[in-house]
Amino acid sequence: MATEKLSIVKAINASLRTALENDPKVIVMGEDVGKLGGVFRVTDGLQKDFGEDRVIDTPLAESGIVGTAIGLALRGYRPVVEIQFDGFVFPAYDQIVTQLAKMHARALGKIKMPVVVRIPYGGAIGAVEHHSESPESLFAHVAGLKIVSPANASDAYWMLQQAIQSDDPVIYFEPKRRYHDRSEVDTEAIPGPLHTARTVRQGTDLTLVAYGPMVKTCLEAAAAAAEEGRNLEVLDLRSISPIDFDAVQASVERTRRLVVVHEAPVFFGSGAEIAARITERCFYHLEAPVLRVGGYHAPYPPSRLEDEYLPGLDRVLDAVDRALAY
Amino acid sequence: MTVDSTAARKPRGGKRAGAKKPAAGAGEPELVQLLTPEGERVEHPDYAIDVTPEELRGLYRDMVLTRRFDAEATTLQRQGELGLWASLLGQEAAQIGSGRATRDDDYVFPTYREHGVAWCRGVDPTNLLGMFRGVNNGGWDPNENNFHLYTIVIGSQALHATGYAMGITKDGADSAVVAYFGDGATSQGDVAEAFTFAAVYNAPVVFFCQNNQWAISEPTEKQTRVPLYRRAQGYGFPGVRVDGNDVLACLAVTRAALERARTGQGPTFVEAFTYRMGAHTTSDDPTRYRRDEERELWEAKDPILRLRRHLEREGLADDEFFAALEAESDALAKRVRETVRAMPDPESTAIFENIYADGHALVDEEREQFIAYQASFADEESK
Repeated sequence: MATEKLSIVKAINASLRTALENDPKVIVMGEDVGKLGGVFRVTDGLQKDFGEDRVIDTPLAESGIVGTAIGLALRGYRPVVEIQFDGFVFPAYDQIVTQLAKMHARALGKIKMPVVVRIPYGGAIGAVEHHSESPESLFAHVAGLKIVSPANASDAYWMLQQAIQSDDPVIYFEPKRRYHDRSEVDTEAIPGPLHTARTVRQGTDLTLVAYGPMVKTCLEAAAAAAEEGRNLEVLDLRSISPIDFDAVQASVERTRRLVVVHEAPVFFGSGAEIAARITERCFYHLEAPVLRVGGYHAPYPPSRLEDEYLPGLDRVLDAVDRALAY
Repeated sequence: MTVDSTAARKPRGGKRAGAKKPAAGAGEPELVQLLTPEGERVEHPDYAIDVTPEELRGLYRDMVLTRRFDAEATTLQRQGELGLWASLLGQEAAQIGSGRATRDDDYVFPTYREHGVAWCRGVDPTNLLGMFRGVNNGGWDPNENNFHLYTIVIGSQALHATGYAMGITKDGADSAVVAYFGDGATSQGDVAEAFTFAAVYNAPVVFFCQNNQWAISEPTEKQTRVPLYRRAQGYGFPGVRVDGNDVLACLAVTRAALERARTGQGPTFVEAFTYRMGAHTTSDDPTRYRRDEERELWEAKDPILRLRRHLEREGLADDEFFAALEAESDALAKRVRETVRAMPDPESTAIFENIYADGHALVDEEREQFIAYQASFADEESK
């Protein structure tokens, strides 16, 4: 068994390395991914070992990165492209939404689009604007895309392996504020299915649903609540498209209360989708309305205000209090 | 200072270029032309071409059949059989000339008007009509004839073409790619980004722009202040303007550009200077933005008439040939008409098909709900 304690950055790096080793058709491309090893060093050392032909420093053109990746996929390659920061994906949004997502359907299933778009996302790193956003809902709304977000190093490793092996385009959101969190990774394990949620803490009083960076926040909130005698369940969604509603439903049927937590603005966010579906599925089980905790309907604020904007322990616990007060 | 691109006209392979043809008019960039509007063969120092009488008749046949197919599609739209049609009328030489320059293992990325190129690639023309009839959003297997799906978003496919060409380089193959787009698309960022990527990676791609003078109602002057072919120079590869109504010149220039691509010399930008004689699509009304005189001017340069004059002048085709082609055109039109009319609406569950290669739980759930909902009407009826 090859178990190692790795940071999320190192786990993604190891995953890319494994993919490059196992399949000559896998290529890594993006801005600064080569010599520099990426601005977060996620691709560190890969170009040195696999060459400029497999780990490609691209021009600074996001639409070009995704658009040429589509062409490479049509030629039989499996590109893994890096968008440097969340807010920089929008120049490529057209290629992702109008082209990448629809190609398989337009060709009546005759061609496949095995492209992975890696996007470091989310805030709390004290960055300037366009470097801290959570645009996952904008992609989840588009049929043809799959969206995942790991919350720990093991998922970071395995979910990327599975995303690369998928014949569908996968948007892989990396929780950049958790990049240096370390946890066990077994690179020889047999991973579970990519699009299933996981219970990361069992509880009886209320279910907290989160993904990516907010899983840790919710675990901390559950630990704090436990001191007050409240037993919260925490579900790591892992996949945002599709969402494992069966797992959320099963949890809510036991706990009867649900709070959804994400960094993205609440308005039209993934929490709205989860609240609506779970209300439909669990109407007679619910003791309280499904509550959401997330960002405001405002541009991501300057970093001195991001602690106010982002869901922290207090805001999660406040929502828990409100849900339990019904 | 001159901004004129000379790269495409530089002598290659040690061969000295001959004297340049005089420019078409004061301030007008030179067009590569091998066949005058009167059907007279002329030589160009950089683009010598040897075409057999049989090949000439073949090019003529391609253009005539393509025009007939296009006319039939326009008629079918008027009769309500197609929701929309984008006619290529006037652009037959640009498409057949460039299309016939490609090899089977080359790959073509069209926009949505490349019916003539599709013809050259062996795509059954009736396959092109599904999208316009509304029975699918593409409708053919791109890998069957190395002819990608039509792309509606202007210029997106220039990047797909470039990426595909980068893949060819990686594979060590000697095939090449042609990306088609119009003059309007040159204003799009994706085309500029495609030029950047193609230049940086020396990708074996030919950017073939059919400058048909109009992007719906906007003339080329609304897209650019310099002749389009000169754009290439800024990216570091040659740009060349060819008479887009001259099938031989389009064949020769595209062939040379593909040869450059195959031999590792990178991309070329070809601007085929032509004219869209009809409307942008059947929804468009060109009388609102252009004058009849302009069309009449271009009708005199008709690509098909030009080659017919040449064939007749040189005695390369007889009445029997033209009569047989007429009959073949009629048969093609008849087949197209019958095939389109027989084209069934897709099954309603096609909404949920081929969205994902590996499946998606939400799609499965919604498909089941949809089927159950539809079945509920059947239950009502049987009561």
